[in-house]
Amino acid sequence: MAKAQAPPPFQPLDRAGMAERLARDIPEGWSVNLGIGMPLMVGNFVPASREVIFQSENGLIGMGPIAKRHELDTWIVNAGRQNVTMRSGASLVHHADSFAMIRGGHLDLCVLGAFEVAANGDFANWTVSLSGAVPAVGGAMDLAAGARRVWVLMEHTAKDGAPKLVERCALPLTAVGAVKRIYTNLAVIDVTARGFEVVDRIAGLSFETLQERTGATLHMQ
Amino acid sequence: MIDKRVGSVHAAVAGIKDGSVVLIGGFGLVGQPNALIDALYEQGARELTIVANNAGSGRGAGLPKLMEGGRVRKIICSFPRSRGSVVFDEQHKAGRLELELVPQGTLAERIRAAGAGVPAFFTPTAYGTALADGKETRVIRGRPYVLEYALEADVALLEAWQADRWGNLTYRSTGRNFNPVMATAAALTIVQAQHIVELGELDPAAIITPGIYVNRVAHVPYGHPPPASANPQD
Repeated sequence: MAKAQAPPPFQPLDRAGMAERLARDIPEGWSVNLGIGMPLMVGNFVPASREVIFQSENGLIGMGPIAKRHELDTWIVNAGRQNVTMRSGASLVHHADSFAMIRGGHLDLCVLGAFEVAANGDFANWTVSLSGAVPAVGGAMDLAAGARRVWVLMEHTAKDGAPKLVERCALPLTAVGAVKRIYTNLAVIDVTARGFEVVDRIAGLSFETLQERTGATLHMQ
Repeated sequence: MIDKRVGSVHAAVAGIKDGSVVLIGGFGLVGQPNALIDALYEQGARELTIVANNAGSGRGAGLPKLMEGGRVRKIICSFPRSRGSVVFDEQHKAGRLELELVPQGTLAERIRAAGAGVPAFFTPTAYGTALADGKETRVIRGRPYVLEYALEADVALLEAWQADRWGNLTYRSTGRNFNPVMATAAALTIVQAQHIVELGELDPAAIITPGIYVNRVAHVPYGHPPPASANPQD
């Protein structure tokens, strides 16, 4: 007879929960670029009354939420090819100026997804292989090189349970030493000179269990 | 009298030679000069190097049609892979198409530099990654950078919102994207515009591309882009 497994005492955050947790830490006044995928959800959790300026790499500063059908303007798209709105106070620039803004250190924060983040801040998020599948990079390398802070938003482990926080990245790098902080479905972790430092973790999750699911040493803050 | 208006998209692309490097504006479906791309397909030029942010999606129209028609030798872009980029995937896998993958900001700056007379520049982007392999690097004020070269082109195909007979251009919302940058970097800049206006009607402060960059303007009042395919279902 199969042994009944005790349910885990902790409940990992779902994607919305992860985006909401990160959104909580963005103060009013910051300029922020959200990468495609889960990072774009972060915008849904910053209330309009906390004025954060979302920059979209295709040249929109002051991106608003996804357009509802009655307000759809198909000329306004974001980096994820969704139709969005423009906030009051929005402005438009061309692509070279948009990336000058990104590369020149004018954005307080970029939020990106990742396959792996290393304890030295290297991360990999653009391709799983340099041969085989068609690679695509978009603006990720520019964002990682230019933003004042790079925060990664990702699951703590891969679908097969392999850790995504690692000692050194095995996959092709997006940038070297770039990541400052990681938000996962289990914890919030800073990347410092010591390596990974745990800033916050979900209720009921022990440090030991968190360490078991992490591929490099975790330090307490 | 200066008059850059041409009578049709076919007249707009006349004379584009085989082997041309062609810049194509657009980010996703917005601001992409689809009528000019289709006209280029009709015109028959081959061995083209296409520079665009994306490699198109679907079949039978636009960039995928050019690729399926065997007109494209090489694509220089930052994000060829997308839901629906079937033609690019097929052509690339079959070895019929060469890909030069460039980070989006580097791509924009290489084009800008070409238009601005800057032959090369250093950027922090891609340092320490596979996309810097084989490239010169330099440490400047304690930080490492990668040397990138200007991307000059024979032709630019653009979409504008308004144009006048001097070739002055405005753009609509995020339909701007690469278009103004590409306008400066090609020997022959060809534009499809939704609206042709009288000279003097455009506020000088509102003109994004001065007409000196523009060679030919075709009136293509097709309306609006379709709703984005990545919109969530509401």
